[in-house]
Amino acid sequence: MSGQRSTSPGFVLRLAIKALVLFVAINGLWAAATPLSTLAGWTVYNGIVEGRPRLPFGENPQEAYNFSTYQLDVMFASHEIAGAPPDADEYRVVLIGDSSVWGFLLHPEETLAGQLNSLDLTTPDGRPLRVYNLGYPTISLTKDLLILDRALEYDPDLIVWLTTLEAMPRSKQLSSPIVQNNPQALAPLIDAYDLPISLDNPAFVQPTIWDRTIVGQRRAIADVLRLNLYGFKWAATGIDQVYPDEYDLRAEDLEADESFYDLSQPLSADDLALDVLAAGVEMADVAVLIVNEPMFVSMGENSDIRYNFFYPRWAYDAYREGLAAEAAERGWHYVDLWDVVENSEYTNSAIHLTPEGEGQLAQALVPHIDALLRER
Amino acid sequence: MQFTDILIFMLGALIIGAVSNRSARRWLMLIASVVAVYWLQPTLPIRRLDFWLPTATLVLTVLVWAATHPPDTDAPLDQRETLVAGGIIGGTVLLLALTRFVEPLSVLTASRPPQTYQIGIVLVVSAGLALACLRNRQRWLPAGFGLLLFAVLVVLKLPAAAEAASRVLHALNGQPTAGASPLDLGWLGISYIAFRLLHTILDRWYGRLPALSLGDFVIYVIFFPALPAGPIDRVERFAKDLTDGERLTAEQLFAGGKRVALGLFMKFVLADLLALVALDAASASQVHAAGWLWLMLYAYGFRLYFDFAGYSHLAIGIGQWMGIKLPENFDKPYLKGNLTTFWNSWHMTLAMWFRSYFFNPVSRALRVRKVPVPIIITLTQVSTMLLIGLWHGITWNYAIWGLWHGVGLFVHNRWQNATRARMRQWTENPHRKVVLDIAGVLFTFHFVILGWVWFALPDTALSVRVLLGLFGLSA
Repeated sequence: MSGQRSTSPGFVLRLAIKALVLFVAINGLWAAATPLSTLAGWTVYNGIVEGRPRLPFGENPQEAYNFSTYQLDVMFASHEIAGAPPDADEYRVVLIGDSSVWGFLLHPEETLAGQLNSLDLTTPDGRPLRVYNLGYPTISLTKDLLILDRALEYDPDLIVWLTTLEAMPRSKQLSSPIVQNNPQALAPLIDAYDLPISLDNPAFVQPTIWDRTIVGQRRAIADVLRLNLYGFKWAATGIDQVYPDEYDLRAEDLEADESFYDLSQPLSADDLALDVLAAGVEMADVAVLIVNEPMFVSMGENSDIRYNFFYPRWAYDAYREGLAAEAAERGWHYVDLWDVVENSEYTNSAIHLTPEGEGQLAQALVPHIDALLRER
Repeated sequence: MQFTDILIFMLGALIIGAVSNRSARRWLMLIASVVAVYWLQPTLPIRRLDFWLPTATLVLTVLVWAATHPPDTDAPLDQRETLVAGGIIGGTVLLLALTRFVEPLSVLTASRPPQTYQIGIVLVVSAGLALACLRNRQRWLPAGFGLLLFAVLVVLKLPAAAEAASRVLHALNGQPTAGASPLDLGWLGISYIAFRLLHTILDRWYGRLPALSLGDFVIYVIFFPALPAGPIDRVERFAKDLTDGERLTAEQLFAGGKRVALGLFMKFVLADLLALVALDAASASQVHAAGWLWLMLYAYGFRLYFDFAGYSHLAIGIGQWMGIKLPENFDKPYLKGNLTTFWNSWHMTLAMWFRSYFFNPVSRALRVRKVPVPIIITLTQVSTMLLIGLWHGITWNYAIWGLWHGVGLFVHNRWQNATRARMRQWTENPHRKVVLDIAGVLFTFHFVILGWVWFALPDTALSVRVLLGLFGLSA
């Protein structure tokens, strides 16, 4: 047809060059500006829809309307704590911990935070206690430290840090994807508290220049969009987790295995990341109540060797003793609630509780929280 | 279709479009389309079915071409072209079959191809059948294939029949039948392929199908950009583009590129994001508040549009790069002021197909029998829309969706008839016209959106519950 140019090689080459230049420029600008943190603030949560009662985590997004992202900004922006007014008339309590605190197989109101809130506790001066669930599945003190660091931006009045031996081994510290994907957030904490963690460890995901471009961050950008869009179905249904009709109960019969990671008897304080715990306590300028969380104690096969799937008896006994001694020495607020919940109130893991179990834990915690409130 | 599939199609289309020799472009299109039929076919749990179904597509296409080719007295068969096209099709299939011996190349097919000798036998038998059809072009032959296609569609679309067929195929393959499901028979693009073939069969019946070479016919039926989701083109228009198409120009590159970019954005950004909010069976049973249901329903309606229209833009854009101007399929349907114009702008090629091959012939037949006009309109509109509903699946929900629109079209037709004079008076005032136009768009949009409840959900009870829930009522 008249007036139409054919696609000469020169034309195609010029077009390709222009496209490449634009591509590089846009990606370069993005890499330089790193606007992803700003994007995280553009959220539907705590505005168009309510904030989530627990940090986003999900292995089945399409059913749970929830999924796991490792961007701390995005995680916290979606949480209800981000929508809590700074000057709210409440005594703000933050729970830090693992999947048992997050509430595996529990609805939000059944979790420890939900149960504590339902007790309508108040401070001596009449302020209502408001408990925020910042637990996150995966067990690692360093993961807890990162979350605690972020939580402090929301002016909590009390930190309740539930932990267990499984969070403590040094070899476990970098196992959480939250830790692996946030070396830049961990770096100042390592420096400030002289933590024995090397940022050169290959477990860390170190972004290259390419990773900082739009193309490199496409997954992260998509995650921001997805988490926001899932907020609508979450808000409409209240569902943020898949609740299976059936699941396998925590193991009753155990292996005849006395090993615990690569640690040998006797367990020493150096084997455990107590310095990370210390860093957390020091970092918070409010009271931190450290809780040795309850666990299932087996009566089945090899229960003379092991307490449960997680722990051989020698290791756990040494841990309890060591942690209590450390807490006493350092003046930490510490309570050992390892056996306050009945064995029948554990679900699919030696640390996951039923709603009734969470209720028992809540009741056990109340006097200790109360004591701290009166102390202050 | 995945994003990577589309990128490969784009690259393939650019390469084909850049070839200066028209004949070479056609052969490349043929090869690419044959490969695409196998590549896009999803993996199926019935062993080797994901190779045999694309093969069946090709065999059916060749046989229908043979059965519908006009008699030699009208249009002598170009035997050389036929042999070359047949050779290319058969050769491509054989080469794909041979990938069973070359592990990295097995990505071209959904799963490891069957034994090569089996495929060889099928190709030889098919060629023999095609030759027999060419030599005995009886009037009943196309009709026979038409009925076969109709039967295939019914089996695939009727869940009980599809499940039974799946069980039979499982058993024939020596696989357990316990997990047989209608979804086991996912035949890529068969609804569109069948309708393209039926269009040629019906046009042959009416004596208006031009003579087409085997190559052009097969490219038309399985043209790779339009394979999974249309548009449904007319064969004579398509063949003209094949004959007249020029090498890719800058203008075509940009025009096609704009459509492709728009399609990618609509499908992979807008539609895929809205999918996270859109109404579906799971969330429909979990949500009770009317506001949320409306939000999710709106999201579903727009998701459906962006997904479908996005695919159409991609097909049209990629087709343009190869000199093929596929017909438009969508024309801002949600901005139309009444249901009639909505159906002239939503999935236009499907609507035109039904209009040409069902609505018009049935209307004519009823008029000849002097049936009163309102009854003609009722019967033809309602039955056409019912068939369009059932084309999507033979279930109560799709049937109700079709009836929803059929009755809506009838009511609109009678309303328009009854109020024509008054409306003419009313709309003389430009402000009133604007108000009426806006009201028309909003009403039509919501009528269509409410109809999507039947489309989105798998069963009538849930659909009724959602419809009631949208208005704050409970079932």
